[in-house]
Amino acid sequence: MDERLADAFSRFPGYFSAHVLLSVCALALSFAISLPLAVAASRNAAIRWPVLLFASLIQTIPGLALLALFYPLLLAISALTQAWFGFGFTALGFKPALCALTLYAMLPILRNGVTGILGVDAAAVEAARGMGMTDRQSLLRVELPLAAPVIMAGVRTAAVWTIGAATLATPVGQTSLGNYIFSGLQTENWVFVLFGCAASAGLALAADQLLGLVESGLAQRSPWRIWAGAIGLVVGIAAGLSPLLASQTKPAYVVGAKNFSEQYILAEMMADQLQAKGALVSRKEDLGSATAYHALAAGEIDAYVDYTGTLWTNVLKRKDNPGRLAVLQQLTAELKKRDGVVILGTVGFENAYALTMRADRAKALGITDISGLAAQAPNLTIGADLEFLSRPEWAALRGAYDIQFKHQTTYQPTFMYRALADGEADVISAFSSDGRIAADHLIILSDPKGAIPPYDAVILISPKRAGDQRLLAALAPLVGRIPVSAMQQANYTVDRDQNKATPAQAAKALEQKVGLRPASRK
Amino acid sequence: MAAMIELKSVTKAYGAQRAVGPFDLSIAKAQFVALLGGSGSGKTTTLKMINGLAPATSGEVLVEGRSIAEEPPWRVRRRIGYVFQEIGLFPHMSVAENIAVGPRLAGWDVPRIAARTTELLDLVSLPRDIAARLPAALSGGQRQRVGVARALAAQPSIMLMDEPFGALDPVTRDALGAEYRALHERLGLTTVMVTHDVMEALLLADRIVILEAGNIIADGAPAQLLAPGQPDAVKALMDTPRRQAQRVAALAESAHG
Repeated sequence: MDERLADAFSRFPGYFSAHVLLSVCALALSFAISLPLAVAASRNAAIRWPVLLFASLIQTIPGLALLALFYPLLLAISALTQAWFGFGFTALGFKPALCALTLYAMLPILRNGVTGILGVDAAAVEAARGMGMTDRQSLLRVELPLAAPVIMAGVRTAAVWTIGAATLATPVGQTSLGNYIFSGLQTENWVFVLFGCAASAGLALAADQLLGLVESGLAQRSPWRIWAGAIGLVVGIAAGLSPLLASQTKPAYVVGAKNFSEQYILAEMMADQLQAKGALVSRKEDLGSATAYHALAAGEIDAYVDYTGTLWTNVLKRKDNPGRLAVLQQLTAELKKRDGVVILGTVGFENAYALTMRADRAKALGITDISGLAAQAPNLTIGADLEFLSRPEWAALRGAYDIQFKHQTTYQPTFMYRALADGEADVISAFSSDGRIAADHLIILSDPKGAIPPYDAVILISPKRAGDQRLLAALAPLVGRIPVSAMQQANYTVDRDQNKATPAQAAKALEQKVGLRPASRK
Repeated sequence: MAAMIELKSVTKAYGAQRAVGPFDLSIAKAQFVALLGGSGSGKTTTLKMINGLAPATSGEVLVEGRSIAEEPPWRVRRRIGYVFQEIGLFPHMSVAENIAVGPRLAGWDVPRIAARTTELLDLVSLPRDIAARLPAALSGGQRQRVGVARALAAQPSIMLMDEPFGALDPVTRDALGAEYRALHERLGLTTVMVTHDVMEALLLADRIVILEAGNIIADGAPAQLLAPGQPDAVKALMDTPRRQAQRVAALAESAHG
């Protein structure tokens, strides 16, 4: 079997059961909230409009944004409960995903609930009243049973949406089938992307068919259909959750990674170091750039690699550039003092934002540095990753060089390199440790005015692990160990089109190369 | 004899628009009263004021001597049988379950409900094996028989019927009307039936109350209303069945002759 496919299958039980658990909880919670709301809205025209409007409004928020918004919201609530009641809670992972998906699933259940209850034959409702049923009896014995097929159709729609949207839970740190899609997209592992899509589509389809069986059973008053559907759902959920129940040992350490190849590789290396010391490790991958630091400061992950320039501008909100060493020293002191976060040390290479061009194109235009680029920029197009143009580094560059492009386009990193190769973009916001720079014959434009701060890769340790000698000792060998050329090469083995390596394989190769594991041991 | 049902200067208004009343109406025990009138005459509203489905805007409604405002409306309704114009059988319940609704609300035990269901199927001349069927699998006549059985299930002494046989074909309608009249006698019921069919009112009722634009314009026994000296509106109403009956009688005579 193809190695990537085998890798995908080996991850399946964990991803699948997490996905099933999240979807089932969100759907159940949404149903528990939406049905009473639908009953209230069907009884009272005054709340019907606002309730349905609210649910529709939620639906207009893109799923990814809704999930992301719950992270800062829960973080703020956690800070409040910490202040008032003396306890906080983790704001990453299951909780924000559950909240967002619950809201997301409400609209179809609410709308079908209201439509279903209001659509019950008026003669049956009057008969219920006329025979002496109370409002509650009429609802439970006549209206809800008669509206059940319509309500069930809403649940069915909600289930398909929820299972699909649950793939977006990955960036807030909740494992799901989306892990295949997000990491596959970053490393151009299309086998992973397809596998993730197929798995989530298959799950959605199965849930849809089983709920459809229940729905038609309700509509045709056929008990065997209802039972067959219900039993199928219960068996399916139990089977989906079984890997979760089987592995209830809590991992000792959580290693974090942002959403690109280098981060996956470094996380694998940190995990390897810890496992070599006999520790249990779990990974939280595909974290957003800002989420990762917050998660570390809150103790939701124990260690990850970040870059000095990113911390300098985004966390400390500094705009100046006092030089490489001063940035590192001030960061180490400030983060310790402010958040209790420990910088264990630099990894040994820099991964800076670097304006990068194709070598032939730069030569033809006679551009060697950013000053030269600024002079010709009004005729050129820049391709940037999704966040660069809104980052302070870009503001600093524009301030220092007064640079103005004809067009600005944003891409996923993978497609950004394609755009540069195809000539759709003349210059891109690359990363200096990216293996594609050497492989694609690109040149990095120098920054004579020092507008972009340094980006030394540093290992960060969470406050609660600051005194954990086992962790510190396990990760210490990584400090100063990896030169930029080695990192570029490792990144390239994951990012290239042909003969791709998985991040785990790249990590093993890199470990061997920098002497972190004996070549004899496999 | 004390009145079973008493409406005292009742009115029903929708917004500022008065639709019914004010009028008084007193119905004695064991009477079979037809509320007769065209559409919009207020006959259905009058019927619904009795069990609070259309609460009176002003005035007082007494059932068995007690004002219905003294207790929750659902409790009043459980003592009164009601047959709906649209029949209103619950489509998700079998015939037996439909009939059992009233007894279940009254808290009867299971064996008593089962015995009562069988008894009622016999009473309304339905085969017992129909009990497990859903309403959708019945004919119109069968459905209305179930509707009558359901209304009688909890042993009410009063029956309210809103055009109960209106949707049936003439033959079934006649048969079911006659059968119900017999039940009314046998069970000692007090029945109020809304109809727009003069012939039906004349043939079934002991007393006919004629409504027009929300007011009672005539009130009397069928023979009384057919007698000469009635107001023009009543005479016009009674003329049609009388003329039809005469023409049918003439036809029958010529066929013999």
